[in-house]
Amino acid sequence: MPEGATATAREMSAKLPRLLAGLRRGRPTTLAEHRERLGPMPSTASGRERSELLGEVERSGLRGRGGAGFPTAVKLRAVASGPGPRILVGNGSEGEPASRKDTLLMARAPHLVLDGATFAAALVGATEAIVCVKESSEEAAASLLTAVQERSDAGLEEIAVAVRVVSSAYVAGEESALVHQLNGGDGKPTFVPPRPFEAGVGERPTLLQNVETLAHLALIARLGAEWFREVGTPDDPGSVLVTMSGGVSRPGVYEIAAGTRLGDLVKAAGGPTDPLQAFLIGGYAGTWFDVRSALDLSLDHQTLRALGGTLGPGVVIALPEGACGVAETAAVAEYMARASSGQCGPCVHGLAAIADALNDIASGRAAPGTHEWVARWSDDVVGRGACHHPDGAARLVSSCLDVFGAEIERHERNRTCAPPPGMTGLLPTRGAEPVGAGG
Amino acid sequence: MSVRLRVNPIACEGHGMCAELFPEWIELDDWGYPIVAGEPVPPELLEHARRAADACPTLALLLERSSSGRERVT
Repeated sequence: MPEGATATAREMSAKLPRLLAGLRRGRPTTLAEHRERLGPMPSTASGRERSELLGEVERSGLRGRGGAGFPTAVKLRAVASGPGPRILVGNGSEGEPASRKDTLLMARAPHLVLDGATFAAALVGATEAIVCVKESSEEAAASLLTAVQERSDAGLEEIAVAVRVVSSAYVAGEESALVHQLNGGDGKPTFVPPRPFEAGVGERPTLLQNVETLAHLALIARLGAEWFREVGTPDDPGSVLVTMSGGVSRPGVYEIAAGTRLGDLVKAAGGPTDPLQAFLIGGYAGTWFDVRSALDLSLDHQTLRALGGTLGPGVVIALPEGACGVAETAAVAEYMARASSGQCGPCVHGLAAIADALNDIASGRAAPGTHEWVARWSDDVVGRGACHHPDGAARLVSSCLDVFGAEIERHERNRTCAPPPGMTGLLPTRGAEPVGAGG
Repeated sequence: MSVRLRVNPIACEGHGMCAELFPEWIELDDWGYPIVAGEPVPPELLEHARRAADACPTLALLLERSSSGRERVT
């Protein structure tokens, strides 16, 4: 990792927060408060203005914040070059059980998300804009609806944004699944191509962006690419919202510079509550890292990808020494198997077999060598679903085999572990309680 | 221009005909679903590939033509 890629904690406090600045406790920011702090959005009325602003987004180097980290400008250009009418979809479905950042952003900073949505819609010439919120995020949906009304009452000259409530299920937020829902389907991924940017909602070219990505666009539009790049790494500029949970004193949503040392994030979250053994980075399609190598990791897409991991949607979970990484992963593997949309054989059968075997290992029922089957199946399922759900689950399980190898061998010699009270079920496998902004 | 085999995993029901007809390119996993080699099918094997695709009862095996260097947008 290049020395310069790591932002120091001091830089963090000097330049951040950006998205989470000016938030009010327990209520959304009003349009008046929002506009007083940030001023109006730049005009996108003329073709020249739009083309200049698109160039600005390109120079900012913004990557999508939904998980894949795809360059936002490439997507914008792909949709803009498609045949009209086009449509924008803001994805706030946040299916990751341990992620809170999208919901927090929509609930407390709805105008930032809506600024970004109307701006992105204007850049690609969309005639319709929708922001999707999952069923369980009632507060976020209410905030957005109020904000849409405020904007209409204020007579803002912009495209009207529709707020749609969508399924809270894990895979329902996957791009093709979300499009499927908006087309009246059941929230299951579809076989691609066509991809949404080619033929999405109503068969129209569809720009799908995570709501945090939209919020960054709202700031880039006002403050420019150079400002955006003042924090972050050259490959992954800007700030990132992360949801930190597990064995830290102040779990919650934090805004960090991309490239921040994990150790600095842990410090910002109040430090560990217990001695730690590992971190899960990137959510349930992410990977485990041993605590010895993890604390110096730079939290950016390039670094994590080079290590076979992912920043994903910014989920970081600290695992205390007293917990069992194998049992925790087994519970998540079971969740991921249940979360399968049930359409593709390798995902249905493969994830179920992986979860069963891992549960057998964790509970001391598995024969020695069972982990070799888990490893084989985890390799087998990759790339064999219509969506990347099996790939993500396999990535997490494979990293569990690497990081908790010694633990697995102990379990396979018919030994169970008995974590103390409070040290089980650390990785949520159902809708959990909302978490407020940290720091 | 090259030709690759691709499975539509939603349509595939694991009948396994493809692996029987084109074992050089297709094997079955532990549940009977095809694992297809990703490399382009060489011209001398194209006939086998076509036969395997035609034999699929759910039309889940696809022959895809692609020019190299196509851009993928996720």
